[in-house]
Amino acid sequence: MPKVSMVVNGNKVSGDIDSRTLLVQFLREELRLTGTHVGCDTSQCGCCVVHVNGSSLKSCTVLAMSLEGANVVTIEGLAQDGKLHPMQEAFRENHGLQCGFCTPGMIMAAVDMVNRKGSNMDEATIRHELEGNICRCTGYHNIVKAIADGARNMAVAPQAAAAE
Amino acid sequence: MYAFTYHRPETARKATNLVAKVEDAKFLAGGMTLLPTMKQRLAAPTALIDLSTAEDLRGVELKGRNIVIGAMTRHFDVANSQIVKEKIPALADLAGMIGDPAVRHRGTIGGSVANNDPAADYPSACMALNATIITNKRKIPADEFFVGLFETALEEGELIVKISFPIPSKAAYEKFRNPASRYAIVGVFVAKKGSVARVAVTGAGSGGVFRPNRLEAALTAKFHPKGLDGLSFPAEGLNTDIHADAEYRAHLIMVMTRRAVAKALAK
Ligand SMILES: Cc1cc2nc3c(=O)[nH]c(=O)nc-3n(C[C@H](O)[C@H](O)[C@H](O)COP(=O)(O)OP(=O)(O)OC[C@H]3O[C@@H](n4cnc5c(N)ncnc54)[C@H](O)[C@@H]3O)c2cc1C
Ligand code: FES
Ligand code: FES
Repeated sequence: MPKVSMVVNGNKVSGDIDSRTLLVQFLREELRLTGTHVGCDTSQCGCCVVHVNGSSLKSCTVLAMSLEGANVVTIEGLAQDGKLHPMQEAFRENHGLQCGFCTPGMIMAAVDMVNRKGSNMDEATIRHELEGNICRCTGYHNIVKAIADGARNMAVAPQAAAAE
Repeated sequence: MYAFTYHRPETARKATNLVAKVEDAKFLAGGMTLLPTMKQRLAAPTALIDLSTAEDLRGVELKGRNIVIGAMTRHFDVANSQIVKEKIPALADLAGMIGDPAVRHRGTIGGSVANNDPAADYPSACMALNATIITNKRKIPADEFFVGLFETALEEGELIVKISFPIPSKAAYEKFRNPASRYAIVGVFVAKKGSVARVAVTGAGSGGVFRPNRLEAALTAKFHPKGLDGLSFPAEGLNTDIHADAEYRAHLIMVMTRRAVAKALAK
């Protein structure tokens, strides 16, 4: 079987895998990083969003083989030294989740959004940027609030960018 | 997904050599269309030739009066390219409206054009801007490239290398989105170059992207929303599906065309 190597949450990892292995399968089944979820078969829900070389990707729609040498950050890579990332903290504070299934993808998409759009996003921007993430519980309202809050907190917390 | 062998050539030439040698091989660009299709077992290539490391297929260049975009340039890169934003802002705009951020971080212009989804955005820009699709074998004018639903003039194993867009004097894209999928229910790209106006409609036609000749003639006579006064669009030959019927699409074509012209003039 072909071999692939990449860096996941700062650790060098490699595996002998079937070429068909999607990144999300590699993360969940080989590396046992089950924080990244799979919510659909159509690349639409965004539960599987991770960062690859610094930008958001749907890990259900990319082959692990395509990411030889890449730098991957998953939801497990955000908290540092037992302390939640400001965006994670903001979801907790603002009740930005109910069942939590969409949350890992929401948070990864949110951090990517802040990296591109800065820490002062208005509601319209956040909603527009969330187009690739579906939540069946919350009605989005508190997710949008959480992201606005988390974005502001990322600007003051020096640790925010450390995971990338 | 059915099994396949995986190849990752470093150049376009190696990619086309490989595709000629391996039977039933397919190019893999961003995978945003191909991988979901393979997951549903609607496509089952025996080999995938991943273009993601072919650096010679990537990038945006200003060449005389044209912008030339490599096939593997991602939607995100086109949307944020300084050259595109300055010379054809409508094209940067369009790229920024495709799907969602994660899709734009991976999907490519070459993949979108090769796929020719009847609701995809890029084909309308190629037609209205009178672009040329440059393959490893030849140069194909956009008018001859988009043949039908998911059908193009590409031959077996032919690779899109880059796409050349002549810079218009005015252009704009307006998209009426399906709120769930973000694809166009109707998308209209208008462009004016010299005294000639070109219009291309995506999402609406039962044969895929097309140019509405009467609207082009009206806008060539007067490039202003008022130039369309009194005109309507026939519903015949337009799609009816769960999202919208043909009459509604016909109506939207006029609305989106007027909006696009107004937007082009405002720039
Ligand atoms: C959730 C979601 C929403 C989307 N929304 C939109 C939208 O609003 N508008 C829109 O236009 N699109 C949309 N798309 C499609 C997206 O733009 C894709 O990126 C695009 O259609 C295919 O590009 P790709 O690079 O991913 O190609 P791939 O999926 O890798 O390939 C597509 C096809 O093209 C062939 N191919 C790829 N590159 C070449 C080449 N250089 N030469 C010859 N053949 C080639 C492949 O063999 C394959 O058959 C969406 C996709 C998703 C998943
Ligand atoms: S699992 Fe739904 S988009 Fe990836
Ligand atoms: S919290 Fe349940 S899907 Fe979003």
